[in-house]
Amino acid sequence: MKKLLRYLADYKKECILGPLFKALEVVFELMVPLVVASMIDRGIGGGDRAHIIRMALLMALLAAVGLTSTLTAQFFAAKAAVGFAANLRHALMSHIQRLTFSDLDRIGSSELITHMTGDVNQVQTGVNLAIRLLTRSPIIVFGAMIMAFTVDFKSALVFAGVIPLLGGVVLTVMLVTIPMYRRVQGQLDTVTDSARDTLDGVRAIRAFRLESRETARFREKNSLLTAMQEKVGGIAALMNPATYVLINGAVILLIYIGAVRVNAGGLTQGSVIALYNYMSQILVELIKLANLIITLNKTAACADRIAAVLETGGEPDTASAPPEISPANAGSIRFSHVSFTYPDAAAPALSDISFSAERGEVIGVIGGTGSGKSTLVSLIPRFYEPTEGSIVIDGIPSPDYEKQALRARVGVVPQKAMLFHGTIRENLKWGNPAADDAALRQALETAQAADVVSAKEKGLDEPVTEGGRNFSGGQRQRLTIARALVKRPAFLILDDSASALDYATDLKLRQALRILPDAPTVFIVSQRTASIQHADRILVLEDGRLAGIGRHDELLESCPVYREIYDSQFPKEVR
Amino acid sequence: MAEPKQKGRMQTIRRVLRYAVRFRKHLVLSLLLAVVTVALTLLIPILVGRALDSIHSTGQVDFPAVIRVLIAAGISVLLTSAAQWGMSLLNNRMTFRIVRQIRDQAFAHLQTLPAAFFDGHPAGETVSRIISDADQFADGLLMGFTQLFTGVLTIIGTLCFMFYVHAGITLVVLLMTPLSLFAAAFIAKRTYSLFDLQARIRAEQTACIHETISGQRVIQAFSREQAVLSEFDGINERLREASQTATFYSSLTNPVTRFINALVYAAVGVTGALAAVSGRMTVGGLSCFLSYANQYTKPFNEISGVMTELQNALACADRVFALIDEPAEIPDAEDAAVLENAEGGIEFSHISFSYVPERPLIEDCSITVRPGQRVAIVGPTGCGKTTLINLIMRFYDVNSGAISADGIDIRQLTRESLRKNIGMVLQETWLAHTTVRENIRMGKPDATDEEVTAAAKSAHAHSFIRRLPQGYDTVISDRSGSLSQGQRQLLCIARLMLCLPPVLILDEATSSIDTRTELKIQSAFGKMMRGRTSFIVAHRLSTVQTADLILVMNNGSIIEQGTHESLVRQGGFYASLYRAQFEQ
Repeated sequence: MKKLLRYLADYKKECILGPLFKALEVVFELMVPLVVASMIDRGIGGGDRAHIIRMALLMALLAAVGLTSTLTAQFFAAKAAVGFAANLRHALMSHIQRLTFSDLDRIGSSELITHMTGDVNQVQTGVNLAIRLLTRSPIIVFGAMIMAFTVDFKSALVFAGVIPLLGGVVLTVMLVTIPMYRRVQGQLDTVTDSARDTLDGVRAIRAFRLESRETARFREKNSLLTAMQEKVGGIAALMNPATYVLINGAVILLIYIGAVRVNAGGLTQGSVIALYNYMSQILVELIKLANLIITLNKTAACADRIAAVLETGGEPDTASAPPEISPANAGSIRFSHVSFTYPDAAAPALSDISFSAERGEVIGVIGGTGSGKSTLVSLIPRFYEPTEGSIVIDGIPSPDYEKQALRARVGVVPQKAMLFHGTIRENLKWGNPAADDAALRQALETAQAADVVSAKEKGLDEPVTEGGRNFSGGQRQRLTIARALVKRPAFLILDDSASALDYATDLKLRQALRILPDAPTVFIVSQRTASIQHADRILVLEDGRLAGIGRHDELLESCPVYREIYDSQFPKEVR
Repeated sequence: MAEPKQKGRMQTIRRVLRYAVRFRKHLVLSLLLAVVTVALTLLIPILVGRALDSIHSTGQVDFPAVIRVLIAAGISVLLTSAAQWGMSLLNNRMTFRIVRQIRDQAFAHLQTLPAAFFDGHPAGETVSRIISDADQFADGLLMGFTQLFTGVLTIIGTLCFMFYVHAGITLVVLLMTPLSLFAAAFIAKRTYSLFDLQARIRAEQTACIHETISGQRVIQAFSREQAVLSEFDGINERLREASQTATFYSSLTNPVTRFINALVYAAVGVTGALAAVSGRMTVGGLSCFLSYANQYTKPFNEISGVMTELQNALACADRVFALIDEPAEIPDAEDAAVLENAEGGIEFSHISFSYVPERPLIEDCSITVRPGQRVAIVGPTGCGKTTLINLIMRFYDVNSGAISADGIDIRQLTRESLRKNIGMVLQETWLAHTTVRENIRMGKPDATDEEVTAAAKSAHAHSFIRRLPQGYDTVISDRSGSLSQGQRQLLCIARLMLCLPPVLILDEATSSIDTRTELKIQSAFGKMMRGRTSFIVAHRLSTVQTADLILVMNNGSIIEQGTHESLVRQGGFYASLYRAQFEQ
């Protein structure tokens, strides 16, 4: 929580004034029992009707002043809490923009979404309540005690005795139950997962006749959850009766002491009533305080999760300025002895990869499932940094190549074709905001996507929904290729991005890429030999190693892995 | 419109009560304890008032009376807290156990539902019915009910006690009560539109967050970080403004009702004190009244909260009950036969089937598959390939005609024994949340570790399993992204390799596996399929060429049947599909 406080810095004034006005309200509230005491002692005792009415008006006045200060406090609290949450969301979002791909893999998208929505909202509620109540409750509790001391020192000792006891009870119950509640939540997640698993695998479960086993497992988890809930519920249910006994025990003691003191002439009847009222105020506040602490505890857990994300990754770029590219080196790539292991992975995804490519060349990358094809091309735009070896791009060692400058020169078409909400035009201009319609149409032609746009009523202005779900997989794929082309990249990476295209369209696409005016260096990752067999060089990967490198006919001769892949797709009889 | 809704609600309430009736002892005891708690809680101010009356002034204290009253107070305090605790324990137990019962019931019911249910209802929605709806239902209804009960009891009790102490002042309190209720309702109405606006902007922001985070890699690849952030900040700022007003206005309720309370308190003070001056009331009575005035309005605020919660709980109850009421699939026939070690002959005779009556799918389809035959099913997406498999497994029943296994109509067989004889690997892989080993062992729970390893080796899964952090003991979950789709398919194939039933179904079983690994697996499949009847659905024609029988489907019907050679020679739909693949 502490680490997040700097996002509250803009609201220092509100954070001080809010509790201050709240405290003011409390002071007015604490004066009420004294007014009542005076009403009784002087009004009733002395039979002074005018005084009674004056005191009643004073009470109404105190309430009105209290209301005003409380409203002021609520306003500051709302402003600070909401502003804090907005600052936090901005900080998180801009931090997420700086996360590396490794960080994103590690944290996970759904977790990030939870942090940005649920966690931030919880923190907002927590801060709001803290400003409003965190001062109120302690001030009432201790204020009531101090007021009691001003009424009568000896009787007030009861307050001094019972408050620590109450605090002790509340604290103990909370310290015991909070970790228990956390475990209950964990168990609830287990039960939820169990239900989810069953639904997702209903066919498999039936095929393997596991229905009764699944039901038994669910029952077991569910019963454990119930048992845990009952246990913690039983302990938490102690809080109210225990505090009730303590407070009312104190009231009884107070009245007895009061009786003795009144009898001896040290105290009036009205004062005893005032003391009794102060004690009652404490009980109400204590229960509020306990609830507040539970909320704040939840808030702290959320705040810690947010703080952990803000501290994770997002290392600054190793290079700080865009480098100079000499024309002789432009468009070239050199991998020497590159290895890469994903964070937390047991085995390297790539080991000892060396190859080079020159401007305008087409490089095919082929290999089995999980052989490291996508990983290899992900190293080029510095999505990941190699764990060993070096990569030189445009003649510049990749760690010295500023990410922004490098990525401006690389056009990536990812495996999963994703578009963003907006229009087709907006999506296409992602890599090059200055591109005109002619350039967009050119890119669409090359990507074989012109018909996708012309089939739409509004053409380039056709709206795109979140993720591009209003387009089919094949349409999305071609549009993402066009998006990369609009950038006019020096390096173009197609990561298995023609998989949804039929053979004829795939062929036309490759032919169109060959004649691009900028002559980019193209990487085509594919599982289909047909897509890469005309490449200038083919990298054959197996289990993260380079099993072969060369042209199609060379590899057919020299590389058994490549030959096997080829044979599997082109059975001899049809050749 | 309103009437059937009302009726439905009554039915729901009655049904909820039936659950509660199972705990009637708990319920009755809990209500009794509530009465005790409320009565004793209200008694304390009276006792304290009496004690105060006995403490008049210097030398005028009636100690025996004070002590008598205080002892009575002490006893009632102890009783109250005991009753309070007992009530909480009972309520907890009832609530949690009813939730458990409902969850178990709903889950067990899931296992009996026809496959059509799962195809028609998103999993997330069903999960939330079983988990959160059940929770809210029990919480809202039971906790809400007890809160409502104690709340109403407290109000009635307070009024009675107040009348008992002094009728005139009670009228003052009664007259001022509506003020606080009106104020709360007024504020709630005003804040509604503000909350609505906040909710709409928040939804917009959540959509933006979703898209940005799931597309983060693309955003970075295109260096769009700044653009995305500034769009986000725009929404964020609007949300901040809307939230600030909504939060502020909604936080007015408490202070305003507290203010009105304070006015009631002052009014009670002044009327009470004036009454005391004229001797119509004691000081203790006044003190007692002031305590009541302080407590009395609280249940009103709670009750209005409880009412909305109850509404919500009833809606949740409806959703859970709807799930429990879903019609189960037709149970096995009474005299259903058990299919033991099938030979594997499958016959479709004149079957028709459709998922929805308005859209006929398969019509009058007949196929004869002899034991040990290898059958391939090909055709474009949506042509009904997977439907055939749904029918063989009896996930769905045919509308007319019959499917028989070894000459017996499969509707005359127990589902369990039918499915035991059929092994399948689907395109949509499913792995249980347990270790790799347990997942492979699923079809044959008594398999040894060696058998598991052997099966994994023949599925070419051994090498990647070994590279997992804990090898065969690595816990995998269905949703974790730790395994690639291809690896997951390999595990499912290993699972099948281990149990090897007489009939095999491979529905796009290798769609996410690269062709080279697939080729290796094919040889293992070949071994596995020897002597077994098998159905293979594949979009890559290279994998179906060696089948004994190829069924070519289009628009739900089988348009061509035969071997690869005969179909190519025939020059029909299959031949054109086949040629398209190799055109360059």
